[in-house]
Amino acid sequence: MRGPTDMIAENIVHFARVLRGAGLTVGPDRVLQAMAAVEAVGLQRRDDVHAALSAVMLDRHEQQVIFDAAFATFWRDPKLLEQLMALLLPKISGRGERDRAPHANRLQEALAAPRAAHDAKPESQANKDQLDFDAAFTFSERERLQKADFESMTTAEFELAKRLAEQIALPIEPVRRRRHEAASRGRLDLRATMLKMARAPHTLTPAFTRPRVELPPLVVLLDISGSMDRYSRLFLHYAHGLARRHPHVHTLTFGTRLTNITRYLRHRDPDHALQLADEQVQDWKGGTRIASCLAEFNRRWGRRLLGGNAAVLLVSDGLDRDENGHLAEAAAHLRRTAHQLVWLNPLLRFDGFKPKAAGVRALLPHVDRFLPVHNLESLADLGRALREPALDPHSQMTRWN
Amino acid sequence: MSAPLPDSVDAVVELLAGESYVCDRRLATALYLSLKLQRPLFLEGEPGVGKTELGKVLAQALDTLLLRVQCYEGLDVSQTAYEWNVARQMIEIRLAEAAHETDRAHLVKSLYSREMLIERPLLAALTQTRSPVLLIDELDRADEPFDAFLLEVLAENQITVPELGTIRASAPPITVITSNRTREIHDALKRRCLYHWVDFPSVERELEIVRLKAPGAAERLYVQVVEFVQRMRTLDLFKSPGVAETIDWTNALVALNAMRLDPATVHDTLGVLLKYQDDIVRMQGGDTLKLLDELRARALLE
Repeated sequence: MRGPTDMIAENIVHFARVLRGAGLTVGPDRVLQAMAAVEAVGLQRRDDVHAALSAVMLDRHEQQVIFDAAFATFWRDPKLLEQLMALLLPKISGRGERDRAPHANRLQEALAAPRAAHDAKPESQANKDQLDFDAAFTFSERERLQKADFESMTTAEFELAKRLAEQIALPIEPVRRRRHEAASRGRLDLRATMLKMARAPHTLTPAFTRPRVELPPLVVLLDISGSMDRYSRLFLHYAHGLARRHPHVHTLTFGTRLTNITRYLRHRDPDHALQLADEQVQDWKGGTRIASCLAEFNRRWGRRLLGGNAAVLLVSDGLDRDENGHLAEAAAHLRRTAHQLVWLNPLLRFDGFKPKAAGVRALLPHVDRFLPVHNLESLADLGRALREPALDPHSQMTRWN
Repeated sequence: MSAPLPDSVDAVVELLAGESYVCDRRLATALYLSLKLQRPLFLEGEPGVGKTELGKVLAQALDTLLLRVQCYEGLDVSQTAYEWNVARQMIEIRLAEAAHETDRAHLVKSLYSREMLIERPLLAALTQTRSPVLLIDELDRADEPFDAFLLEVLAENQITVPELGTIRASAPPITVITSNRTREIHDALKRRCLYHWVDFPSVERELEIVRLKAPGAAERLYVQVVEFVQRMRTLDLFKSPGVAETIDWTNALVALNAMRLDPATVHDTLGVLLKYQDDIVRMQGGDTLKLLDELRARALLE
C-alpha cells in the first residue's frame, strides 16, 4: 500500500509529462517545486492547487490557456475534486478519455499521441498521418522545397515551407549609431582611462569606446489581397520568425484596409500568433487599395515606426490602379520617411514580367529596390540582395520600356 | 522578526488587506508560495495593475526594509550591486604615503576590504539581518545581460565580488520582480521564479480598490466609473487603461465635482485614462456616447 504523498507525487509527475507533451518546458526541478508547492497550499481547495501549480509551471501568459485545459482534463472528476481525494486517486492517470470539448490542439495531440502509438486503431489514423508526414520530409525534400514556387506547393509542402520560413535569417544589417559605448578597442576614452588609473595606481590600462552598433527597425507592409493569398500566408510566418528574433519588427497588413498585427505576432507560438492576427485582419483575400492604405500608413504609423533608420519591406504584387496619382504620391512620401524602401514582388519570377499594371508603374520609381519573392530561396537571399548596392529602379523601368 | 510571515493563503489576503491592497486569491497563493518556498515572485502584466505596488505594500505589511532596483537600458553592476569607493581608496593611499607606510601587502588588503565597498540595492539586500523586500522593477527595460547577472543573486542569494569573494545572505530577501513585457525575459531566470500574470481585476474587485484608493466620490459615481472603464478594456484600444488610471480618473472626477458621468465630463478628462492620441480620437468619435448609452440602458446612469 502506497501512502497518499506518493500518489500526489506520481500524479504531478504525470501531469508534468502531459504539459511537456503540450510544449511547455517543465523540467524535473519544476516537478519537485510543484510537489513542495502543493504540499504548502494543501489540498483543501481546487483553485489553490490550480494557482500553485500554475505559479510553478508557467513561464509566460500564453501558456495559461493550455495549462488550464490540461488541468481541467487531468483533474477531471469534479465530485471527487471537491473533496481532497481527487489528487490521491490512482485511476486518474492523465491519459484522459478522448476529448469531448475542443481543447487547445496541441494539448489534444499531447494527450492522444502515446495512445496512437500503442494501438493503431482506424480512428487514430489522423494522428498517424501526422507522424508519417513529419518523417517523410528528408533533407533532399527540403532542398527541393527551397526552389519550389509557393503557388505550386501541395498542402503538406506548404506546411513545411511555413516552418522553414520562420527560421530564415534577418534581412537587415546592423547600423552604426552616433552614440559610443565601451569597447575593447576603438577610440581612446580619456575619462574612463583616468578612472581606471585611480583604481589601479601606477598602471596604465587605456579604455576605449566605439560607436554602438544595432539592428535598425524593420517594418513589413504585407499585401493580403486575393491575388497574393499564398505568398502573404507564408510571409506572415516569415514576419513572425523575424519578430521573434528582432524586437523592432513591425508588421502591418493591407488589402482594403490597414491593420497593425505587430502585437499579435509577438506571441511565441506561430499557430497561436497567426490565429490572433487572423482574427484582427478582416480583409483577407479581398481587393486591394494600395494607395489609400499607404497613405494611411504615412499618416498614422509613419512617425511612430520609421525612426532610427527603419527599413520598409513592401510585399505586394502591385496590381492596382493609380487614381489621380494618389499611389505615386503616397509611395514618394513613404520613401522620403523610410531609410530604405524595398519592394518584394512575387510576380517578378516570370522572366517576361513587364510593369504593365498602372500600380506597378506608379510604385516603381519610388522604391530603392525591387526583388522577387516566390520561393524559400529568394526569401533566404533577401539579406544578401539587400547588402548589394541598390540598382537604380529607373534603369529597370527603361529596360522594360 | 517583528511581523511573522503569514502561514496560509488566507493570511496573505488578510495581511495585504491590512495595507489596503486588494488582491485575488490566485495572486495571494503565488505570493504565499514565494514566501514559503523562498522563491522570487515574477509578476507580469499590463502597466497599472498594481505589480510594483505589491512589492511596496508587502514591505510595509511585513514591516521590513524595501530595496528597489528601477531597471533601465544600460544598467550595470556598479549601479545595482556594488561599487568600490574610489575616493576613499585614494585617500587611504595618500595617508599611507604621508605615514611612510611600507607594508604594501597590508595596504592592498585594506584597499580592497569590505569597508571600501559601496552597497547598491542588490548587495544591500543580502547583508541585512532581517529579510528585506527586494523589488526589481520593470526588468524588461534592462538589457538582457542583466538577466544573467541576476541569476546568481536570485538562485543562490549570493553575490561574488572578484576581489573579495562571495557574499552570502544570512537573511534571504523576499524578491518581487515586475515586467511589462516589452521584451521576453530569459527562461533561465523565469525558471528560478514563481510566475504570475496580473490581470485586470473583476468589476467587484476594482470597485473595492477604487473605493479604498480614491475616497470621497459618490457611490453611484464609483459604479459608473468602474463599469465604464471595464467596458473600455473590451474595445481594442492601443493601450487599455489600468487600475491606476481608474483611480486617477476617479480622483480627477472628484476634483471636478462631477456627480455622475456625462459626455462633456468624459470628453474633457479622457486624457487621464488614455495616453494615445489614436485612442482618444477613437473614443471621442462616438465610442464614449455608445458606452454611456449602454450604461444608461443598464440603469446605471439615471
